[in-house]
Formats: sequence, structure tokens, C-alpha cells
Amino acid sequence: MTGLLSYLVFFLIQALIYALVALGLNLQWGYTGLFNIGVAGFFLVGSYTFAVLSGPAYATHLGGFGLPVAVGILGAMAMAGLIALVVGIPTLRLREDYLAIATIGIAEVLRLVALNARGLTGGSRGAQSIPRPFQGLELGNVASNLVFLVLVAALVVLVYLALETMVRSPWGRVLKAIREDEQAASSLGKDPFRFRLQSFVLGCAIMGLGGALNASFVGFVAPTDFLPILTFEIWAMLIVGGSGNNRGALLGSVLVWAFWTGTGSIAQSLLPSGLQVKGGALQVILIGAVLLLILMIRPRGLIGEERTVSREAELGGDGRT
Amino acid sequence: MGQYIADGIVLGATLALGAIGLTLTFNILRFANFAHGELLTFGAYFALALSGVLAFGPDLGSLTFGWGFVLVIVLAAALTAGLAILLDLLIYRVLRRSDVAVALVIASFGASLMLRNIVVFVWGPQPEYYSRAIAIARPVLPGVRLSADEIFVVVVAAVLMIALHLFLTRTRLGKAMRAVSDNAALSQVTGINVTNVVRLVWAVGGALAAVGGILYGLTVQMIPTMGFNLILPMFAAAILGGIGSIYGAVLGGLVIGLAESVSVLWIDPGYKPAVAFALMFVILLVRPHGILGERS
Repeated sequence: MTGLLSYLVFFLIQALIYALVALGLNLQWGYTGLFNIGVAGFFLVGSYTFAVLSGPAYATHLGGFGLPVAVGILGAMAMAGLIALVVGIPTLRLREDYLAIATIGIAEVLRLVALNARGLTGGSRGAQSIPRPFQGLELGNVASNLVFLVLVAALVVLVYLALETMVRSPWGRVLKAIREDEQAASSLGKDPFRFRLQSFVLGCAIMGLGGALNASFVGFVAPTDFLPILTFEIWAMLIVGGSGNNRGALLGSVLVWAFWTGTGSIAQSLLPSGLQVKGGALQVILIGAVLLLILMIRPRGLIGEERTVSREAELGGDGRT
Repeated sequence: MGQYIADGIVLGATLALGAIGLTLTFNILRFANFAHGELLTFGAYFALALSGVLAFGPDLGSLTFGWGFVLVIVLAAALTAGLAILLDLLIYRVLRRSDVAVALVIASFGASLMLRNIVVFVWGPQPEYYSRAIAIARPVLPGVRLSADEIFVVVVAAVLMIALHLFLTRTRLGKAMRAVSDNAALSQVTGINVTNVVRLVWAVGGALAAVGGILYGLTVQMIPTMGFNLILPMFAAAILGGIGSIYGAVLGGLVIGLAESVSVLWIDPGYKPAVAFALMFVILLVRPHGILGERS
């Protein structure tokens, strides 16, 4: 396999891991209208939980359970969901901005825990040698990446199909109803808090899944992997692609990640080493400008939410479909 | 203990100045402005740029700066007020008009990251200081040592808050601001120009944030993430005091500053930044409208 192709595999794995996270965020923001700007925190919980459950025994911090990769992934999702439950209960009853503040807060606290609770996380040095699935088969580097890509792609399809089914179900319609008009929804007997909490916890569990896969793919986690910039990238992916549309989340993830890595490698090859930091800053400024412009000019993103028309209205035949 | 309380008051002064603008925009414009922290950062860095040309005069007494620095503070505050109004014109106003008001929070989060990286781009990521002179801490009370700079911080914050109080209670504009904060629709009916008041809120909030940032830079240091690191404690202060309550924000700032500082007695200093968040979490659970807030 040529270098380009193996790079493409590498790129796609990373883009699809982010696509999973963006799908989780789309459930929360796109369908339910929840501001979660602590994405990096839930990604972190998934990563570290996976490292502890499935990773090797570490000399200085928790680990060595040696559980199968699948169990590690499920554990990561459960843990991210549990944290979401704790954050969601006091904040989802309040005005939506409070959730934004609480989630960014929990993401920072989790990063502090990752940095300071050395016995649990390995502190600033992080956790190494996190296993990949099928590690026992002793595949080569290229084959191992290909297998991983197939696995991630399968999971993306699975999560995508599950979410599509869910958001088109009565449950999903309630989410949208709450997003559009909370009072109307609750006057029809739907408890907005309960539905919001379900959507929030499920979305965070999917983010935990992304974190677990990322830890497994990279093989290493450290607190610096979970800076607010990660949350920002995921948001950019969702907004660019089109929130409220799962295909938009997928498209946005690939596009924004391509833009990000593309501008990154251009900056790296063009700029002298002394200016690399400024190049990185410029990259964030650019993508921030893209995000703001899309919010202002095309708030629906590239492929926004589909129009939902009641079946009765369509069949009614009064010409106003 | 006394020393931690004194340090907490110094930190609380910065937080209170920042939280005032935050609580006002949260209440009047109805969104949590995550880019508010960057107004502190820009205020501090504007002052850094200005102090290169304007910091004249010999150091005053034990302070690490001359009287020119007061002029620097005023100019940097004016520049930051301008920046806040500019951000509102370029970004928030457009989003408020189009029907996606809910996107304001995301936009402010994006703006915050952009602004932070503009600081990195222009000034670089390294820590900066206004002066290389060492501020010597002298005993002021038994068991409490403060540097002249730290006393200056508390005095400036106190003077600004008294000035703000007089402005809000004695002037037409100040009263209009309070009215809009209480009920924007009703105050518009009584003939208050809400657009102008909103601009004034950005200017006042931005200027106070700038001073908060400069005072923080004076006693700690300046880094591009300083405002971002302070945004959570400031939100905690605003929520603790009750959203929309200016006096609540001041009280909240002091409480959060004290709590963060004193917490070091019991917990690992590495978790110090989490204290504000924990307090905010408890407040949201038991009293969501804060101590001095009236409405939910």
C-alpha cells in the first residue's frame, strides 16, 4: 500500500471517531437544543475509563483489569453517561445557558482530575500502551489500521442507524417538540426534563464511545488531549455540516477534519519552527471565522435539518404540504 | 488563614469586576457570553502594549509602576469597551436579529477561542509582566503580608464599585440601565432607547473587565488563557449573586475569590480552580436564582 493510501486510512479513522462524537452532540444540540460545550470532558471520561478497564497494569496508577476491548468500550460509555446524569439533573431544569456553563465547568474539572489524580490517571504523563481490538492476532501496522477503520466505520453506521430510527420515532418527535416549544410539549403531558435528560445522557455516552475508540487507536491518553479546542472542533463539525441532520454531522466531521489537518500540514511545511505556534493560532482563528460566518449566513449548515411535515397534512391534499 | 483571606480578597476584586459585565449581558441580552473572559485578557494586553510607550514617571512609593500607569489603565479600559461594542456589532447583533438567538452561546464560545488565539498570534504564548520589579510584600496586619500592588488592586476595585453604584443610582443613564436590566420590554415602552443602553452595557462591562484583567496581570501574570481560566469563577460569581444583580456579582466575586484562596488549606492546590465550579453547582441545586437574585 502506498503512503498516501495509508495516510487516508489514518485520516478516515480519526475523522470517523470525531463523526461519532458529532453524532452524539447532534442528538443533544441538533434534536433537543441542549448546549453541551463540555464535549472534551465526556470524551476524556471515555478515554480514561477504557484505558483503566482494558489497558495493561500500570506501575503507578489504576489499571490492569485486562478486560476485553468490548467491555472496556461499554464501560467507557456507561461512565460518560453516569457523569452526564450527575451534571444534567441540577442543570436541565434551568435555562439552557446554565447547561453550557455547567458542561464547560465539568470538562475543566475532569481535566484537573486527569492532571492531578495521579493514582487514577497517571497525571500529566498519562496512560500508555492502551490496547487495540484484535491485538492478539499480531497484525502488521497497516493491516491493524485497516481492521480498525472497518471497526470504526461499522460503529458509525450502527450509531447512525440507531439514531435515525430514534429521532424518527415518537421519542424523537417529542425531543424536537421540546426544542421548538417547551410549553406546548409539556401541556401535552410530556415532561421536558425527563426527555432532555435521556437525550443528554445518551449523547454523552456516544461521546464516551468516541473517547474509548480514540484512546484505543492512539494507544495513549494525556490531559492535554482534552483541551477546550476539542469541543470547539466538534461544534464546528456539527455547525458546518448542519445540525439537526445526522448526515450533516458525518459530512461536517470529514470536511472540518480535512480542513484542520490540511491547514495544519500547510502551516507546518511553510512556517519556520519559530512561527509554528502562531501558525496554530491562525488555524484556530480561521476555523472560528468559518464557524461564525456559517452561524450568521447559513445557520442550517451545508445540509440542514429536513422539513418535518405531519403525515396528515400531506394526505390532507389542501395543497399546503 | 489571615493571609489566605487577604489573597482571596485580592482575587475576588478581579472576579467581581469581571462578573459585573457578565451578569449584565447575561440578564439583558439573555445569553451566557463565554467571550467575556477574553475582554479581561485583551484589557491586560492592551495595557501591556500601552505601557511600552506611556509608563512614564518613577515608581510611586513601593508600587512597581509610575503614575503613567493610571493613564494606561484608563486608555486600555476605553479600548476594551470599544472592542466589546465592536464584537456586539459584528457578531451578536447579527445573530440576535436573525432568528437563531440560541446560537449566541455557541458564537460567543467561538469568538472566545478566536480572540484568545489572536492574543497568541500577536503577543505570543509566553507569560508577560508589566514590570520586572519585585513587589515586596510587607506585613499589614498580624499574619498578613500584602504588596503595595495588591493594596492598589483592592483600592482601585473599591473605587470603581463605588463609582458604579453612584452611576447606577444617581444618573439618568444608570437608572435606564437598571430599568432595562429589570424589564427590557417595559423600559422600551417608557421611552428608553434600549439599543443605546445595550451599547452602554457592553462599554461598562468591557471597561470593568479590562480593569479586572489589568489588576490580575499586575498581581499574578498575563497569559493568553488568563481570561478563559477566569470565566468559570466569574460565571460562578454571577450565578451565586443572582443573574442581573450587580451588587450580587460583587458579593459573588468576593465569595468565590475567598473560597478558592482559603480552600488550599484543605484540598490539593491543583484542584483550586474546581472550587468555584463546585460552589456554583451547589448554588444551582439549592438556590438557582442566587443570593441576591429575584427572579428565576
